[in-house]
Amino acid sequence: MGSTANNIEVLSNQEYKYGFVTDIEQETVPPGLNEDVIRMISAKKHEPVWLTEWRLSAYRHWLKMREPDWAMVNFPPIDFQAISYYSAPKIKKDGPKSLAEIDPKLLETYEKLGIPLHEREQLAGIAVDAVFDSVSVATTFKEKLAEKGIIFGSFSEAVINHPELVRKYLGSVVPTTDNYYAALNSAVFTDGSFCYVPKGVRCPMELSTYFRINAKSTGQFERTLIIADEGSYVSYLEGCTAPSRDENQLHAAVVELVAHDNAQIKYSTIQNWYPGDKDGKGGIYNFVTKRGKCAGVNSKISWTQVETGSAITWKYPSCILQGDNSVGEFYSVALTNNRQQADTGTKMIHIGRNTRSTIVSKGISAGRGINTYRGAVKILKNAEGARNYSQCDSLLIGDQCQAHTFPYLEAKNSTAQIEHEATTSKIGEDQIFFFQQRGISTEDAVSMIVNGFAKQVLKELPMEFAVEAQKLLGVSLEGSVG
Amino acid sequence: MMPTELEITERQELFLSHFRQQEAQLLSSEPAWLTEQRQDAIQSFQDAEFPTTQDEDWRYTNVSPIIQTAFRYEGLGGQSSPESAEISAQAKSIGGDGPVTARLVFVNGHYSEKHSSIGSLPAGVRIGSLRTLLRAKDADGLRVYLGRTLNLRRQAFTSLNAALWQDGAFVLVPQNVALTDPVQLVYLSTAQGAPTAAHSRTLIVAERNAQVTVAETFQAGDDGICFSNAVTEIVAGENAVVDYYHSVRENNRSFHIGLVQAYAGHAAQISALAVSLSGALVRNEVRAVLDAEGADCTLNGLYLAKGVQHVDNHTTIDHAKPHGSSRQVYNGILDGHATAVFNGRVIVRPDAQKTDANQKNRNLLLSADATIDTKPQLEISANDVRCTHGATVGQMDPEALFFLRSRGLQREEAVALLIQAFAGEILDKVKPEGLRHWLEGALRTEFSNASVAGK
Repeated sequence: MGSTANNIEVLSNQEYKYGFVTDIEQETVPPGLNEDVIRMISAKKHEPVWLTEWRLSAYRHWLKMREPDWAMVNFPPIDFQAISYYSAPKIKKDGPKSLAEIDPKLLETYEKLGIPLHEREQLAGIAVDAVFDSVSVATTFKEKLAEKGIIFGSFSEAVINHPELVRKYLGSVVPTTDNYYAALNSAVFTDGSFCYVPKGVRCPMELSTYFRINAKSTGQFERTLIIADEGSYVSYLEGCTAPSRDENQLHAAVVELVAHDNAQIKYSTIQNWYPGDKDGKGGIYNFVTKRGKCAGVNSKISWTQVETGSAITWKYPSCILQGDNSVGEFYSVALTNNRQQADTGTKMIHIGRNTRSTIVSKGISAGRGINTYRGAVKILKNAEGARNYSQCDSLLIGDQCQAHTFPYLEAKNSTAQIEHEATTSKIGEDQIFFFQQRGISTEDAVSMIVNGFAKQVLKELPMEFAVEAQKLLGVSLEGSVG
Repeated sequence: MMPTELEITERQELFLSHFRQQEAQLLSSEPAWLTEQRQDAIQSFQDAEFPTTQDEDWRYTNVSPIIQTAFRYEGLGGQSSPESAEISAQAKSIGGDGPVTARLVFVNGHYSEKHSSIGSLPAGVRIGSLRTLLRAKDADGLRVYLGRTLNLRRQAFTSLNAALWQDGAFVLVPQNVALTDPVQLVYLSTAQGAPTAAHSRTLIVAERNAQVTVAETFQAGDDGICFSNAVTEIVAGENAVVDYYHSVRENNRSFHIGLVQAYAGHAAQISALAVSLSGALVRNEVRAVLDAEGADCTLNGLYLAKGVQHVDNHTTIDHAKPHGSSRQVYNGILDGHATAVFNGRVIVRPDAQKTDANQKNRNLLLSADATIDTKPQLEISANDVRCTHGATVGQMDPEALFFLRSRGLQREEAVALLIQAFAGEILDKVKPEGLRHWLEGALRTEFSNASVAGK
């Protein structure tokens, strides 16, 4: 495969498209973490006393915890005192009242990233909340959503405008003591998105948040909270990018979803943080806790993720299926190239009767990437008639990559039906030959095969995202044909 | 309940005293290299500590019932074997009555010549008790194999066996010799009033182009508390074929921890089949290393648990070299409040291209309170491979049941038939006919005692 070798050369040199830095005046606190820093963050955001205390108790608990080491990832220890826990673009007054007041450089950044911040891009039909380093910079379509009673905006605003909702739900799915990174996030989270969909409302458009890490030596700790009240529906998308830097940056987010009776939440992620260069230098450590609670009967939470970025991904979007007949879904494509490491999967906890869950995970390893699926299906005693189907497939490209599968199936109820299947294989030479025979280059053939491999997941994405995801897979992968 | 730290230390102390009891005797009766091995082993036992559910490999198996029991140990020469007629009768029937090359019986880890029979063996074939062999002139020949493939680091039970083993079987088949009839090894445990621990060791060596079938059966001789901590080592040379069976039928108060460590050479074929019929706590672990090109490994298992029994099956297949293949099928049937664990690990090393591995674990839950924790793992570091695994947990298929009932079968008969079919998927793979019939009979007996039929 001589020509392939050339292609590899060309394409593996392809750079991370979003690696630029925005030159903008920023307000960043000096690195370090202690109770004063947490009080300062809390004060900056004009938070009520209970929230400050909540943060501090999380911090005190975090001090007692140890970093988890069970994941199949390797990285040098993180110095939590070397990270700056707050960074924001400098704002003249209290905050932008409209898009016109936002720093044009910021808008330019999002323009480059292709995020439709301007409402004139209404055609795109997506309401966007953009988070730049630590703070939310703009939210579009606010009024239109407000008409329906939907609250969508930055987390900081929600704390001030809807403290009762925040207080009721914050930490109700992911408690502060949940795990090391969730505790850290609870202590120092700076912003994120908040969404509340009232009873019986079907959110008329896709909601979206775009996360961007810009400043150096900062960590991003965002907190997302989505509540779908009885009979409502919401589809939420998130995307992420960061500049290319030689040092590693930490991203430790927490996402909590709550679905009440008959409500549905669809959560889609395209994660494209800077993955580091081909020797594994730099890149984002993506240590995220995502969990949804199907609290009500007939509720449904569906996670879809396309993970192509980050030096290390440590992420297990999970569903607590508490309400009877509730449904949890997890669709994932995780791609690791060069020296990327991903340990990702899901946890489906069946508590209610007739709860169902589906897991479809597609891992693609190329270069020296390490891709691990780690998932748990727990059927508890009272989950009469619970049903699970899991499928985990791995595709190996190149002879130095690794693919691991660690599924945990625990059944405590005999009416449970659990099926788990996993396969690992490489792209067959006969498959490539089939394409070549028809005049299609090896590169294109691989791209098509990979997209076909991931199709079951990609079709779950909203249309606009599906197109982006497909391109992203192509860019991240091409050049690694083995 | 988890044992306290003090209890763990106490128990460790107990096993250490077992070792000290016989240390002097070992020094005088065994070659120096073996004494050294035992001393290393007792050291790693001291370092290892008993596993807790915090250890990933023991996450679902709590060994505290073993740790909390004060066992008696029959060291060298300390054998108290007033063999009852009952034991003699049992020793004859265990494992079926098909033709055998040899039949060795061990009681509480000690060789019982009275019950054993070794026929005339082809030239070069050595079958006998390890201790007898140690007395032979060429005992040092053992050094090449014995304990060579064991990993003792952080393995408390394996270390304990390596330090304390009293006796066991040795089977060596030289180049180009194929034994047609199986070698039958029977390990009986009898408590005779006080909880008893036995540590037995089996070593099976098949040299180049050799073929051998070995069937080990662990059975309780009475209803006292016994702990059999068994280690079996299998070494298969180039093109050798080893067919191995591990059956456990302990009583409902006894514990069995068994490790089968297999090592496959170039194009060797190893198959191991583990059947757990009963026991309070049974753990069967099989670790196979395919360390040369074209090696092939088949692991099958059937586990049955009812009442409050706990059965744990762990397998590891390590594909270290190219062109290897492995298959695994484990079926489990659970009733009552039983708990079962299956953990199947397939490792494909960077070098092991063209590996073809598959694994299947199916579980049948017959009662509302049975629990199964299954974890099939794939760890793959080579790209040109085909690896699949699957795991299922489910109830008896109502449609199959309906089909049988619509043809006039009683519910109990239909259930029994379906269970037999499910178990049959594994038992049909048992090649020695005598053993297969014995296992099928044992399975039927276990089920007639189970609550299944009543539902």
